[in-house]
Amino acid sequence: MNTGLDLEYSFNEILKGFGLSSELAHIIWLPLPMLLVLVSAVVGVLVTVWLERKISAAAQQRIGPEYAGALGVLQPIADGLKLLVKEDIIPAKADSILFTAGPILVLVPVILSWLIVPFGQNLLISNVGIGIFLWIALSSIQPIGLLMSGYASNNKYSLLGGLRAAAQSISYEIPLALSVLAVVLMTNSLSTVDIVNQQSGAGILSWNIWRQPVGFIIFWICALAECERLPFDLPEAEEELVAGYQTEYAGMKFALFYLGSYINLILSALLVSILYLGGWGFPVPVEMIAKILNLPINAPLIQVFTASIGIVMTVLKAYLLVFIAILLRWTTPRVRIDQLLDLGWKFLLPISLANLLLTAGLKLAFPQFFGG
Amino acid sequence: MSIAVTTQIICFSVLSLVIILGALGVILLESIVYSAFLLGGVFMSVAGLYLLLNASFVAAAQVLVYVGAVNVLIIFAIMLVNKKEDLKPIDNIKSRRIISTSICLTLLSLLIRVDLSNIWRLADPQASIGEESTIRIGEHLFSDYLLPFEVASILLLMAMIGAIVLARRDVMNEDISTGLPVDQELIEKSNEPLLMKKN
Repeated sequence: MNTGLDLEYSFNEILKGFGLSSELAHIIWLPLPMLLVLVSAVVGVLVTVWLERKISAAAQQRIGPEYAGALGVLQPIADGLKLLVKEDIIPAKADSILFTAGPILVLVPVILSWLIVPFGQNLLISNVGIGIFLWIALSSIQPIGLLMSGYASNNKYSLLGGLRAAAQSISYEIPLALSVLAVVLMTNSLSTVDIVNQQSGAGILSWNIWRQPVGFIIFWICALAECERLPFDLPEAEEELVAGYQTEYAGMKFALFYLGSYINLILSALLVSILYLGGWGFPVPVEMIAKILNLPINAPLIQVFTASIGIVMTVLKAYLLVFIAILLRWTTPRVRIDQLLDLGWKFLLPISLANLLLTAGLKLAFPQFFGG
Repeated sequence: MSIAVTTQIICFSVLSLVIILGALGVILLESIVYSAFLLGGVFMSVAGLYLLLNASFVAAAQVLVYVGAVNVLIIFAIMLVNKKEDLKPIDNIKSRRIISTSICLTLLSLLIRVDLSNIWRLADPQASIGEESTIRIGEHLFSDYLLPFEVASILLLMAMIGAIVLARRDVMNEDISTGLPVDQELIEKSNEPLLMKKN
């Protein structure tokens, strides 16, 4: 396996050329990928908001945003600016400390989870050994923020929304983790980079979706439930709960919830593409193309080309899934809370357990296909 | 002193301060909701300490189990039964508090004594496990720690059955504590419209 581009190494070499110590170069390097990922996450949200407006309009035979920029591409920026300059209201009888801390607790774990999203062999912030497990652990913090804001708003709809959000997220975390576990079992590693590399053998044929079709569907359903997207948006069901835990929020605090839910959607789409759709891999292996064209795989130009293909493929797969999620939101009705919990505990949990057992059995029976 | 060591010391002191102040807040604050949220903060900081010790898997498991499951359930339970209810005044609250404080301080001094007198040794101080720790934990769980691991699951099962028995008393024919027959109105009530009764 080639190492691909190593931007950190070359950056440090350049700084050392200016006579800086390697420690200082490392400290200057550290915030750069984090800033880059933060910016790309926020830009991703803007794109998704625009897509949501346009696709919902198309689903309902409307035109959608049109006047702000060409095809209304500047509409999400206008939305963001509006939220930014709106008055920040804390209700008189709300608990102001918890009211402020709630949205922060919802947003921070989601952004931290971007730590493990790889866009290429070395194009991620940190290849931590516990990889995907870090995301599962971090996403379990979110319900505390939701409960906190639901309680602090001092509003019965908010409290009900917060309780629903916590119940939903606890019940869907277990099948989600079990389906991830099946993939981890095949990879022998928790690291996201290893998970993608394990699928890179024969292009599209070696993607995990063929070996884990059930796991893929379970993961996608649970990811939608964790993101509180329709058909699982019970915590903020407008017709029943006004806006759930967001009811009392305005201005930037509301924008944090808004950002959090969209960043979470993009993150889930990225993780589905990493776990099941080959991550940054092109449907035909890049090594094979290079061999046909008779080019050395380690030539600098090829390296740049491979890295950009990796980024494009990851983002393309993720946005395909985001498109499906948006289409689902505007075409499906909402499930009831008892149907939601029944689906989670009585259907997805047993199926994901059976899937795990089956994967373990197949791994022992056919080690060459299921990562022995 | 290198930058890495300085960062580590700063992180350690901040985390320890948060743990100590947070734990004090958990037991001293009047509002039970604040206590529950602070408990979550303490659990998170303990996970931070594990990270400093290079035990990233244990840290993530700590966050998943203690923050994501235990603390969420505690907060959930508090919010489901959140009645504004004044507690009954207790007699000689002052002397009770003094006694409990002295017991706690004695325990604390005992723990400090244990900490100072015992020599804490790693199995092999030179071998830094780091990223390998996940594999090591798995090996231990399925070999020499297999029995404690399984017994822990039986404990959890018992707790779960106990919780179901306590929560679903209405389905039993007789009360488990008093032995008297309980009325089964909740489950065998005929389907009467509520508005009819008012006439």
